[in-house]
Amino acid sequence: MKMSGAEIFVKALADLGVDVVFGYPGGAVLHIYDELFKNTKVRHLLTRHEQGAVHMADGFARASGRTGVALVTSGPGATNTVTGIATANMDSIPIVVFSGQVPTLMIGNDAFQEADIVGITRPCTKHNYLVKETKDLARIMKEAFYLASTGRPGPVLVDMPKDVLMSTAEYVLPKEVSVRGYHPNYEGHPKQVESAIRALLEKERPVLYVGGGIILSSAASLLTDFARILGIPVTPTLMGMGAFPGTDPLYMGMLGMHGTYQANMAISHSDMIVALGARFDDRVTGKVDEFAPHAKIIHVDIDPTSIQKNVPVDIPIVGDLKDVLKKMIKLVKGTKEAAAYREKIAPWREQVRKWATTHPLSYKKTKGKIKPQYVVEQVYELTKGNAIVATEVGQNQMWAAQFYKYDRPRTFLSSGGLGTMGYGFPAAIGAQVAMPGKLVVDIAGDGSIQMNIQELATAVQYRQPVKVVILNNGVLGMVRQWQELFFQGKYSQTCLPQIPDFVKLAEAYGAKGFRATRTEDVAGVLKKGFEADGPVFIDIACDPNEMVYPMVPAGAPLTKMLLV
Amino acid sequence: MRHTISVLVENEFGVLSRVSGLFSGRGFNIESLSVAETVDPSVSRMTIVTSGNDQIIEQILKQLNKLISVIKVVDLTGADTVDRELVLIKVNADPETKTEVLRLVDIFRAKIVDVAPRCYTVEMTGDEAKVKAFLQLLRPVGIKEVVRTGLVSIARGM
Ligand SMILES: Cc1ncc(C[n+]2csc(CCOP(=O)(O)OP(=O)(O)O)c2C)c(N)n1
Repeated sequence: MKMSGAEIFVKALADLGVDVVFGYPGGAVLHIYDELFKNTKVRHLLTRHEQGAVHMADGFARASGRTGVALVTSGPGATNTVTGIATANMDSIPIVVFSGQVPTLMIGNDAFQEADIVGITRPCTKHNYLVKETKDLARIMKEAFYLASTGRPGPVLVDMPKDVLMSTAEYVLPKEVSVRGYHPNYEGHPKQVESAIRALLEKERPVLYVGGGIILSSAASLLTDFARILGIPVTPTLMGMGAFPGTDPLYMGMLGMHGTYQANMAISHSDMIVALGARFDDRVTGKVDEFAPHAKIIHVDIDPTSIQKNVPVDIPIVGDLKDVLKKMIKLVKGTKEAAAYREKIAPWREQVRKWATTHPLSYKKTKGKIKPQYVVEQVYELTKGNAIVATEVGQNQMWAAQFYKYDRPRTFLSSGGLGTMGYGFPAAIGAQVAMPGKLVVDIAGDGSIQMNIQELATAVQYRQPVKVVILNNGVLGMVRQWQELFFQGKYSQTCLPQIPDFVKLAEAYGAKGFRATRTEDVAGVLKKGFEADGPVFIDIACDPNEMVYPMVPAGAPLTKMLLV
Repeated sequence: MRHTISVLVENEFGVLSRVSGLFSGRGFNIESLSVAETVDPSVSRMTIVTSGNDQIIEQILKQLNKLISVIKVVDLTGADTVDRELVLIKVNADPETKTEVLRLVDIFRAKIVDVAPRCYTVEMTGDEAKVKAFLQLLRPVGIKEVVRTGLVSIARGM
């Protein structure tokens, strides 16, 4: 039986197991919306901006491990997705974005609401498609989901001209996908793994440096086993938060620009770094030439381009971390060598512990304005570490990484690679949709929250009880921090004198709002906010002069930290 | 160092811009690029000449491999290959230079493909060294215009 492209689209979504789509309608996708109107299998959530839709799909994916889906119209609808797509691309998040397109015959004619979205998103997708014929639609959709979620995950865009959605074809969803140019290598080479372990066991000052790859590959518990078997200290990147329990004695906290003294000193004195699903981002390495000057490097990644890109690597292993860690564990678990090794590196663990005590994460608890770090600590106390925490970008993001402990993967959602302000709130809504029973908290800045604040309407409409904790310092804090340190305190365009009343604003949208202006009220107000039904804004008046420490100035080596 | 990279790609629209976009987006340089369908019409072959240090070349090869539309990447550098380029040269053909042009065309086994009152158009194929030498010898005669295809390269034997 022949079906229209729009019918094929909706049926294929259901057959591919998609039950939630975040989207926004328009002329080019009207036929799809007409189908969605009749369909009951696929739930569509109407967002208030296409960027919101893509971040929601992204938050949905990060929290659940399932591929997130967004649907938008042509032209402005499609271009509004670009920031969300680039965000997912930098952090390797599996999402599929479907965009409408003007009819095939009008493509290239500057038609109404036409944009070359395949061209625009080529450098920021894992792959993208323009569907030219209705008969190809189901196959391309199957491929898109396959590409998005396998190998190194990432966003895939499928652009669908209006006539393709209107014409008819036989519905054939292929069972198998075969893309000739795509063969991700899941299995780490056993010889390479063996030589890595051998090299590691010879060393005395090892560090496990772990990134988002551990979480993407669902390898967190294997990592924990491996670290404990050999007794090796662990430092995660921002993307690796939750890959290893934040409450474990081997945990050193994040490394890099705002990493802990302990982690940065450990890296700088290490003689063996085992990098697992991390890519040596410049926010992590500091000055590259002086990064880990004494260390040999073992680097495991599913994406060969990540290896040898920023730093020279001694033992590269291409493969899925699940496979490689299993192999590594098999080689050491229960062996005499492992026990001897744990023993041998005890002095190193002792040294690492000392660094933790000389300069622990801290802040000055002065009277007066509320300290944002204190607020994050209180959020941790109240949630007992059981929340899913999303963040915006800026100081709020760094404090959320520093002062909340993440024991499980998929509980910290943050725009790491692109650093997208406005990410956290829609991502939190997406995560809440994926995890209905969970407490989801967005730790926000007053600048960032205003970038996608319209999604409050979405949260209210669909009763998504996301709690937004606004660390309201009245400034674009992180930029102001740089001006303070490197531009002689000339605060050019970083003070926000015109901040809305977030409590009233929440109420205007039909949500609830709470406010704290004194330190002694913080815990109580947070508690009230978290216990209230539905979406909530909790506006906390924070000290505008507070800074994120430690800080490694851009381009300096990790040992040159500015401390509290 | 200079590298000649042979890339098999899906013969579909947009592939060229995926490949060239990879180079421009990452600040890699393309010296020449030639592309056409292979015996299998669903596959095209590109020959890309580029240069960079070992680390850059390694990234170029890996990044090319990572593109979904790329089927196979081979670095032909250092391999035993047959290399060719086609050049068309418009050169002065005054009474006093004519014989010199004809002599060089003969020596280089080039071909005159168009004749105008004061100008010949010469076609020549060869590897890079030959093309370079030919152009150098023609220069004193007066070259008006040159077009080159860029290198195509194929491994010998098998
Ligand atoms: C979309 C976007 N625009 C600009 C920036 C640059 N930027 C980084 S942090 C920051 C300030 C963020 O201010 P706020 O959200 O109030 O958070 P705070 O640092 O005060 O916690 C800015 C402007 C960015 N990361 N993203």
